[in-house]
Amino acid sequence: MKSLSRAFILQGLTAALPIWVGYAAVGIPFGVLARQAGLSPIQVALMSIIVFAGSSQFIAVSMIGSGASILPIIITTFFVNLRHLLMSSSLALYLKGTSKGILSLFAYGVTDESFAVNLTKFMHGGWDVKRALVVNHTANAVWIASTIAGGYLGEVVPEGALGIDYALTAMFIALLVFQLRNSLVIVLSILSGLLSLIFSLLLPGAWNIVLASMIAASAGVSITYTFRRRKKGLDNGL
Amino acid sequence: MGYDKYLICVLGMGLVTYLPRWLPLALLPQRDIPQTLKEWLGFIPATILSALVAPDIFLNSIGDFHILQARFLAAIPTIIFALKTRSLGGTVIVGMFIYWLTNKLI
Repeated sequence: MKSLSRAFILQGLTAALPIWVGYAAVGIPFGVLARQAGLSPIQVALMSIIVFAGSSQFIAVSMIGSGASILPIIITTFFVNLRHLLMSSSLALYLKGTSKGILSLFAYGVTDESFAVNLTKFMHGGWDVKRALVVNHTANAVWIASTIAGGYLGEVVPEGALGIDYALTAMFIALLVFQLRNSLVIVLSILSGLLSLIFSLLLPGAWNIVLASMIAASAGVSITYTFRRRKKGLDNGL
Repeated sequence: MGYDKYLICVLGMGLVTYLPRWLPLALLPQRDIPQTLKEWLGFIPATILSALVAPDIFLNSIGDFHILQARFLAAIPTIIFALKTRSLGGTVIVGMFIYWLTNKLI
């Protein structure tokens, strides 16, 4: 029993490793910026613990630095992080029968990165909420620690050392490649990427991600249904 | 911004970030999800990942379209490596190295 429980922790840790590298790479510069915007290490820690959402934390710190008031910061945060609604919805398909308390704990750790890693694992099978929680919470711990550390040792670490600022990009690229299971998904991914580029040039916040992925997924459903109807028609001799 | 105001600000940010993360997990697992919604959600991982990656590799740091930059050039061998090996950890390490090398070369 004991070796079994160790195995699930180890699997969670292994899956989370690329996220740690990426979070350290993003968390340290965040800590530097936050200190420059006048936040104390305790304030940095509070934001990383309570919010735990990288890009919106960067935006909030730059807004605080330029003297913005509370409400615009909160509204911006809401829209930037709304994309997690889609991610939690996808994850929910694999979490039937999990208790509400565990799900509420799990929800706290849903980020772009943990979503991408956990969902890929869930799709392949042999993954459960316990392993997913290890991914979420160790990633969270690394995020909190590196944002605090950034305030202290930020200037020591040279920018872009060892290509570390490419860690999350490379991770997303790999996970996207693993998702490309048929030609329809490839076409939809290209469509979503193009839409995301266009929308990001036109719209603020993370609207490009929300809109592009929803439009491309809707196109996927309508293409699937059109083909199915046509096939049914052929089967009936029409 | 003073300490009290900052605390209110961060709590508000935390609330509006947590709710969208929590709501689907609180509502969907208990319900029978319609087939159409299931299929739609099945496309979401690929389309979200693509929507995240595209601006990251095609836009420069000030958000302008810029194709001949290290982030995009390094992406091509990274994609090929991921296709050939199907290894997440390997792709991350190789991707970082190629990106570092590309930055040195251009």
